[in-house]
Amino acid sequence: MPDLLIELFSEEIPARMQTRAADDLKKRITDGLVDAGLTYESAAGFATPRRLALTIEGLLAASPATREERKGPRVDAPDKAIEGFLRGAGVARDQLIERDEKKGTVFYAVIEKPGRPAADIIAEVLETTIRNFPWPKSMRWGAGSLKWVRPLHSILCILTDEGGTDIVPLDVDGIQSADTTFGHRFMAPAPITVAGFDDYTAKLKRANVIIDSVERADHIWADATNQAFACGLEVVEDRALLSEVAGLVEWPVVLMGDIADDFAGLPAEVLQTSMREHQKFFSVRNPKTDRIEKFITVANRTTADDGATILAGNQKVLFARLSDAKFFWENDLRVSLDDMVAKLENVTFHNKLGTQAARIDRIAALAGEIAPIVGADADLAQQAARIAKADLSSEMVYEFPELQGLMGRYYAQAAGLPQEVANACEAHYSPLGPSDDVPSEPVSVVVALADKIDTLAGFWVIDEKPTGSKDPFALRRAALGVIRLLLDNNARLPLDRFLDAQLLRHKIALNRPNAKTGEIDALKATLDEIADHGVFGAALRSVIEKFDGVDDPATSEGSLLRTVGDALPDLSTDLLAFFHDRLKVHLKSAGIRQDIIDACLAMDGSDDLTLLVKRAEALQSFMQTDDGENLLQGFKRANNILTQAEEKDGVEYSYGADIKYAEDDAEKSLFAALDAADPQIETAMDSEDFTAAMTAMASLRAPIDAFFENVQVNADSPMIRRNRLNLLSRIRTTCLSVADLTRVEG
Amino acid sequence: MSETPISSIAQPATGPAKPRCFQEIILALQSYWAVNGCAILQPYDIEVGAGTFHPATTLRSLGPTPWAAAYVQPSRRPTDGRYGENPNRLQHYYQYQVLIKPSPPNLQDLYLGSLAAIGIDMDLHDIRFVEDDWESPTLGAWGLGWEVWCDGMEVSQFTYFQQVGGQDCAPVSGELTYGLERLAMYVLGVDHVMDMPFNAPDAPIPLTYGDIFRQTEQEYSRWNFDVANTDILLKHFEDAESECETILAQDYIDPKTGRRIVMAHPAYDQAIKASHLFNLLDARGVISVTERQAYIGRVRNLTRKCAEAFVLTQAGGYTS
Repeated sequence: MPDLLIELFSEEIPARMQTRAADDLKKRITDGLVDAGLTYESAAGFATPRRLALTIEGLLAASPATREERKGPRVDAPDKAIEGFLRGAGVARDQLIERDEKKGTVFYAVIEKPGRPAADIIAEVLETTIRNFPWPKSMRWGAGSLKWVRPLHSILCILTDEGGTDIVPLDVDGIQSADTTFGHRFMAPAPITVAGFDDYTAKLKRANVIIDSVERADHIWADATNQAFACGLEVVEDRALLSEVAGLVEWPVVLMGDIADDFAGLPAEVLQTSMREHQKFFSVRNPKTDRIEKFITVANRTTADDGATILAGNQKVLFARLSDAKFFWENDLRVSLDDMVAKLENVTFHNKLGTQAARIDRIAALAGEIAPIVGADADLAQQAARIAKADLSSEMVYEFPELQGLMGRYYAQAAGLPQEVANACEAHYSPLGPSDDVPSEPVSVVVALADKIDTLAGFWVIDEKPTGSKDPFALRRAALGVIRLLLDNNARLPLDRFLDAQLLRHKIALNRPNAKTGEIDALKATLDEIADHGVFGAALRSVIEKFDGVDDPATSEGSLLRTVGDALPDLSTDLLAFFHDRLKVHLKSAGIRQDIIDACLAMDGSDDLTLLVKRAEALQSFMQTDDGENLLQGFKRANNILTQAEEKDGVEYSYGADIKYAEDDAEKSLFAALDAADPQIETAMDSEDFTAAMTAMASLRAPIDAFFENVQVNADSPMIRRNRLNLLSRIRTTCLSVADLTRVEG
Repeated sequence: MSETPISSIAQPATGPAKPRCFQEIILALQSYWAVNGCAILQPYDIEVGAGTFHPATTLRSLGPTPWAAAYVQPSRRPTDGRYGENPNRLQHYYQYQVLIKPSPPNLQDLYLGSLAAIGIDMDLHDIRFVEDDWESPTLGAWGLGWEVWCDGMEVSQFTYFQQVGGQDCAPVSGELTYGLERLAMYVLGVDHVMDMPFNAPDAPIPLTYGDIFRQTEQEYSRWNFDVANTDILLKHFEDAESECETILAQDYIDPKTGRRIVMAHPAYDQAIKASHLFNLLDARGVISVTERQAYIGRVRNLTRKCAEAFVLTQAGGYTS
């Protein structure tokens, strides 16, 4: 069975596209071959800056012949129908055979496809693949119309078996396939004739090309760490950079150089970022001092002077780059944080949501309100919120946006601000992803919460919610951030009230330019009332009442206050539902069942996510016990009987069960059990000890089971029946006080 | 298709020799690209922000007619002014520009040959083609290519034009842009641009880059940042814009001569004037973030119309 080798040789392919391209080449070619009947044993794709390669071993030498019979119309069918069948099947009329069937004589077409030699199939599949390759961006060149990532120069395509090597003939817009490739652009540019994959890799290696990117990366990493180790230093690990650098060279040569003392005062992260982003250098750290002392660059060749010229050149470029960074750093240190914040008055956050400065004001206001609940000092939290985004106007962050937050921390430290305030500058962006650490310092937690809630409320107010796969403002991430901040810190935040407040702040900002006299004041009064009343509706009513009787256009029908008052509750409900949805996704990955969450969501206080999760966890573990499962059955039985009776009788059985009408022992025991359990459950619920509440509930299982076993609810005596239904109602009330068990499956 | 070994690329009879000063690098590039078939043009006589704005690049990259030109283009970026004090930044600097249509298959090798021509020894240096996609919002143009690194230093931009003035480029032009000061400083081993020898150091009157440009950098920096009359600049911008539109609105048939004369070039002059005036306004800090996009859009609109007009001229491939 032959082996296939393909190489597409081009001008330099962007590093970030290479790995994906090697995979795409493998997938598209192998899929195409298999579809055409050519199976294979193994395949592997490779990429260097100048080539994509694919080796396929154990390929069939030809596709198997196929024979298919296709049933057609009856022989007496109209000509049109028969012609249509011939076209569809691709056969001539004299090739049809006739068969007698129940319904009459029917035409059959026998479609025989002979096997095809592998080379023919490969040529077709390769050409299709080249013409339809899924490059993220492709281009034309010269006078041609072919598209590739950069100009494509040659195609190597050979089949090798015991008999030798054959070129698979192929011509793509004038590029003819061959059995030749080229070595390193500078070190070995001559053409190389290749016979098979092993020959290809060996000859290319002699021609200073390592075709396997993993081998190149391993080589770079091993050499870099060795050189660093020899000086008592260590390379700062950076996998993304390693993979990128491995995509920039065919023949990696690791060179280590010094960083001038001039830059010793720069934060390590600044050195690292500048070197990585601009020069693609690795940072080399002294583990004793944590300082970055050297850099590692990866050249694409060896030289007679062992890289001395290359290293000197790189060092010179680095000096210029770091001089810039130092310039930014020193300039920034001369500007006070207040002045940096002041500059943000001219920086737009979002064209509908105003400036960064306005955003900071809103965040600071919310942070002040949240602080006491999370156990943070309100003044410190507000101070932190005010300066947390100051560095957005710094020169360093303008140059390196990825240093936002971190620079804020350095500048806040330099300004002598309290450490927790400085920390919040960096930490308030967290958690950025599901695996990112969650801040735990109260001040950071508060600012992080306020920042994210403000963002969510803002985009809700301007109706830019995530839809489907589109979430350009990362709002799902923000909501998950809030969830994790609350849960990980066991923070008890009644979200509702704070969502209302922040939505209202956005409404105020949004309406300020066009509001009539007094209208903004009325909204602000409502905002103050939320702090007192805790909910928007009550706050709104209170403001309207204060103006009751006074014919004030700021509060009358049609006023801004009324319009906002009408819209806000729906926005708030919708935003809370969004949090609940994200919470469900989050808890699902933690193994909590959807129906359990729903049962808890239906309870009061479900805007307190920490409480909600506590309840859900307790309920889930209770439902995993024998008692839990049986109690649920008992509850459902009680609830069903009760619901049916209530529907039939048109009354609600909710009160008045009396033990004196109990006839059966089981019935009496149930009364006793409920009397014993109810206060226990109530106490436990008051202290939010869900586990204790459920343990108390578990004691009801046996009496409930016994009751259903021995007692007929629908007794002949209407009075006894009513008493029993009211008893069932006690079961329902008791069970529902813990969670909405009607929503639990099972 | 076979690869051309770099050694087989033509080099001028005299070179390559190690250049000693800025002008020898320019002269070496001129000779090299002359030997390799380019028409050596002169700089365009209107202020531009980059060599790409020269009509020999923008307009000539359009339409089917083959083209090969190389030239030095003085370029102005008012916001980059640093009063002559920054070692690498200037508000007036030189670009060397090469445009060949259709892009030849050995363009990379031709380019590397030009580095050899100015004294860069390929056996000692590390030359790399690093992804850099080019886009000019004001020209409505984009292309794919690289920035070329020599020992980690960006020395050129290398672009295959895909679209200019909103028109697809077919055939595709290959464009090379060398930042001359930076490249020369690297080749000559100079740390501050003002210290770079401009003519030969052993000339009877040796001149440095600073002798020639330090004073003008100071003068223009002051004017660009603080003095330029923004009302006048704004008016000039609007005048250029309206003149460009007026020119393009003329009947193609000249009523005086009776000939078909589409005035793509005079109109394009107004478009690049508008572009430079926008840069000056930007340096004066009078253009807000939101306005910026609007101004860029206005210039792009002009260059788009000029490109549409150019392809209706003979040089643009129009045949009656």
